[in-house]
Amino acid sequence: MLGGVFHAATLFLVAAGLQLVFGVQRIVNLACGSFYALGAYFGFSVVTWALKGGMPQPLLLVALILGGLLLAAIGLVVERLLRFIYDRDESFQMLLTFALVLIFEDVIRFFWGTAPYQLGNLYLVYGRLQVGGLTIPVYNLLVIAAAAGIAVLMGWFLARTRAGRIVRATAENRAMSEALGVDMRRVYARVFTIGTALGTVGGALVVPATAAMHEMGIDLIVEAFAVVVIGGLGSMRGAFVGALTVGVLKAVAIATYPEIEMLAIYVIVIAVLVLRPAGLFGRATA
Amino acid sequence: MIRRAALVVVLLGIAGVPFMGGDYYTTLMLPFFGYSIALLGLNLLFGYTGLLSFGHALFVALGAYTAAYMTSVFGILHVEVILLVSVAVALVVAVPVGLLCVRYVKIYFGMLTLAFGMLFYSFLYKFYHLTGGDEGIRVLRPMLLGQSFPALGKVEFLTGPYYYYSLALLVAAAVVMWRVVGSPFGLCLRSIRENPEKAESVGVSARRYRFYAFLIASIFGGVGGTLLAIPTGLADPLLAYWTHSGNLVFMMLLGGFANFFGPILGSFGFIFLQDQVISLTQYWRLVFGTILAVIVIFFPHGLMGVFDPRARAGG
Repeated sequence: MLGGVFHAATLFLVAAGLQLVFGVQRIVNLACGSFYALGAYFGFSVVTWALKGGMPQPLLLVALILGGLLLAAIGLVVERLLRFIYDRDESFQMLLTFALVLIFEDVIRFFWGTAPYQLGNLYLVYGRLQVGGLTIPVYNLLVIAAAAGIAVLMGWFLARTRAGRIVRATAENRAMSEALGVDMRRVYARVFTIGTALGTVGGALVVPATAAMHEMGIDLIVEAFAVVVIGGLGSMRGAFVGALTVGVLKAVAIATYPEIEMLAIYVIVIAVLVLRPAGLFGRATA
Repeated sequence: MIRRAALVVVLLGIAGVPFMGGDYYTTLMLPFFGYSIALLGLNLLFGYTGLLSFGHALFVALGAYTAAYMTSVFGILHVEVILLVSVAVALVVAVPVGLLCVRYVKIYFGMLTLAFGMLFYSFLYKFYHLTGGDEGIRVLRPMLLGQSFPALGKVEFLTGPYYYYSLALLVAAAVVMWRVVGSPFGLCLRSIRENPEKAESVGVSARRYRFYAFLIASIFGGVGGTLLAIPTGLADPLLAYWTHSGNLVFMMLLGGFANFFGPILGSFGFIFLQDQVISLTQYWRLVFGTILAVIVIFFPHGLMGVFDPRARAGG
């Protein structure tokens, strides 16, 4: 159960990135799973490098988040590439992100090879918690807390700050905001980079608890997809609820009847699409 | 006239491959036939109807698993029977899936088809006792037109009778598809692609026609999948994985979705390019991703758009 919430926390970060980019730019970014995988590998490298440089172990979490944020710079480069086709059909934009999936997969292979990387028992530096016969690594709780913190931060950013209002205005009506003097290029570059950062940080945070493997990206994208469909495309609250649904459902399925793990998720996705095409929190568009 | 002549030359060229290309290149051609048939269907959906499916691999996998089940489990080796069953299976699955999917367009259609593809993938992957799990099921050597060619070895069978059988099927499939897109039905699909509201207002039910296009595409996918699985001798779950669907779309785009022959050229280009690039570098995905990016950004009409800029799908 708690494993489910932990999974949901990282899933939320990736899905939130997907949502933000789709909400504002109307691009379904298949590559967000690749950002997640890259974040995991990069986080691993940053931590091993920092530990060699004498970083005290409890700073692990800080190092991972910093690594994730640093890596988000690639979002700027990718956004520059996507800029070529903003005026094209949505299908083409999706295809370009599929090209990125292929490219990033080999980038990972090139820098880190095919073997999975693990940080060993490092995540136990924060100790363990005994709750009614269950042993929970505190690290997992910290990640859940960090994800919740990021969720609150995102909510605050979008609802309260000036930049956030501009982002929402752009999502609402692009032409109007442009007419009112919003520099669309800057908004898009920022939004995409934030979206990337959510993915890379999410990836970096799971490394200590699991491992960095190169299938993790293309596997996760499908789950992140499920999350956004359940929650409703473009909705932050939807990403939150969707991630919890998928994460917990997956944990429950694995515990009870592992064969239906993924099936259960897709059945829900399809059910939601059929009954409430806009998702639980989406606005009806089509 | 020139186009017709070019077509004849290309066909003769393909028919001559087993004599000139050697076993290696001839075997390389075999997936080309299967993919081409599947892509003809995918192109009916995207190029003609304007629906981008990210789950077409579902039907390719269905065709492959049908072949596996028929030969390995039921012991039915007649390809004709297997193909008919593939068509039936594809239809049985495509009716409910299609009814749900065609309610949506654009991104939602793509996501829903992807979800169905992955649903099937996880079914194949998890239900080990039914599907062989990640090992898949073997596809036995079938009989063509009732002949089993016992004198021929595996390679001779594949590069000989099976090669021409596949070629004949591809030609037949292309002729059928040509008739479909040239028919009033095909025109309706194009009108839906261009302007669904207008098509509706003149009495073309967009949803119903999209549904029919989906069914036809699925049948072609199933037949293509069956043809693909026989030379590999195996049906495995990765056939249904979403990246395989992505590769199908890649092939279609490489050749040019806006052209009737584009997807066929695309599958040819993809297979041979992959063969070459893999022999040069292990980072073929990087190369292919870059190629796809360049196509999407600069050559949205693919190779056919470069060779034959006038020939857009039905003008």
